Amino acid sequence: MGAMNWGFKKSLWVFHLNAGACNNCDIEVLDCLCPKYDVERFGIKLVGSVKHADVLLVSGSVPRKVVPQLVETFEQAPQPCAVVALGSCGCTGGIFKDGYNFAGPVDKHIPVNAYIPGCPPRPEAIIDGIVKLIGKL
Amino acid sequence: MTTTIPIGPFHPVLEEPEYITLEVDGETVIGANFDLGRVHRGMELLAQEKTYDQDIFLVERICGICSASHSWAASLAIEDIVGCEVPARARYLRTIVHELERLHSHMLWVGLAGHIIGYWTVFMWGWKYREPILDALEAITGNRQHYAWYRPGGVRRDVPDEIWPNVLKIIEEFDRKTDMLTGAILDDPVILGRLRGVGILTKEDAIAYGTLGPTARGSGFDVDIRRDEPYGAYSEVDWDVIVQDGCDCLAVAVVRLLEMKESVKIIRQCIEKLPGGPIDAEVREVPRGEGCGHVEAPRGESFHFIRSNGTNMPERHKMRAPTFNNIPSFRPRIKGETISDALLIFAVIDPCYSCTERLAIVGPSGEKLATSKDLLRLSHEKTEELRKNS
Ligand code: SF4
Repeated sequence: MGAMNWGFKKSLWVFHLNAGACNNCDIEVLDCLCPKYDVERFGIKLVGSVKHADVLLVSGSVPRKVVPQLVETFEQAPQPCAVVALGSCGCTGGIFKDGYNFAGPVDKHIPVNAYIPGCPPRPEAIIDGIVKLIGKL
Repeated sequence: MTTTIPIGPFHPVLEEPEYITLEVDGETVIGANFDLGRVHRGMELLAQEKTYDQDIFLVERICGICSASHSWAASLAIEDIVGCEVPARARYLRTIVHELERLHSHMLWVGLAGHIIGYWTVFMWGWKYREPILDALEAITGNRQHYAWYRPGGVRRDVPDEIWPNVLKIIEEFDRKTDMLTGAILDDPVILGRLRGVGILTKEDAIAYGTLGPTARGSGFDVDIRRDEPYGAYSEVDWDVIVQDGCDCLAVAVVRLLEMKESVKIIRQCIEKLPGGPIDAEVREVPRGEGCGHVEAPRGESFHFIRSNGTNMPERHKMRAPTFNNIPSFRPRIKGETISDALLIFAVIDPCYSCTERLAIVGPSGEKLATSKDLLRLSHEKTEELRKNS
């Protein structure tokens, strides 16, 4: 894990992918960036392209139409890149797991390093998840 | 030569994700096309496989920002079939949560609009002022979002009276902040320059496209379910429907800013008048029949139709959210505008964050001309230019 540790020692840049989420998980991610929680203090930053990211944060229950884009995004990410499944939807499919268009959850398509459950997870939970992820790697 | 710009491929910010392709000629946009379906989760069929009580939890999850609206509309539809009278206390409690939701939704939009035109301060302020509202919602319902608050017949929990002074304090503070923010936005020549006269949607078009909510009211189309078909406690409190005739992006922004003040007014009166008594008319069974419910969500009318066959699950549950009506009005708005305004005009219909991160301009042969970042940069540059010249 030497290379992993070296890669994650400094600021973590996060790319957030919304794979069929109801929007709340995404809002809570943005909330983390805002004055109340302000994760940029710790160098955690949202970036606009997965090519710059250390962490890929995936929320949503992954409907069928999104699968190719999810896999493609993961393949474009520079390795090592940690994947975090966000919310009940991202972890298990949650309330949508019986839907006919459900093709997830996230870990069916790409390897996941950490799960943050909750519907939606509170900003504190998201921050805690990321911190635990850093500790684990 | 026309070039095609895809916006997307998926914009799952709301229940209706959009994949939009813009046709541009040089700088000017001449057309737009839509492809929906990337956050299609099979809601309606799922709803038909769950009991009425479970349904409420499902429809909450249609959209994160309108969860109170959808669960209220579904509850209204069920109550319509049952024919039960909702107790007064429940009606007031429902109204309070619904209006708090509108406050945080509109504030979120103000922040995103600020982000798109390159005003990070507006974004940070907007989202900072929004946090106390989420705290108030948490104090009342137990969760920041997805409140699980509505149920057929009433609300799920009663609220102790001790929390109201705190909620009142939060909304008074919010009211002051909104005044300050409204003043700052409407006084700023650069923001005005970016918004005024941009993205015109005439009243005729607003009606023809069937727009709803602030999108319609910004074009002088006076429609608001809260007044037109009162539900909850709206007919018992004093408030106004905000309508603006500007038809441009500025008018929609003003509608949203002023609506926040109206919401504060409604919440304040509801808390003052809050009656005692039961919070729930127990719904034991749902007879055969049909019912519908509609409420004014922050973005317009949410509509739910339920047909019951006498069992504990609906036979048909149809839902329609306002953005579905509002998206097509992007077309007349964008025609003839420049690419640097496209993001802003899109955001006027509806907040859209994911989409702004996933934009790309491609030429006819498919080569990439610009990415979302470039579009955002174009938008920011235009603001800079205005700033220099003003
Ligand atoms: S986990 Fe909950 S909040 Fe997150 S996307 Fe799914 S339904 Fe929405």
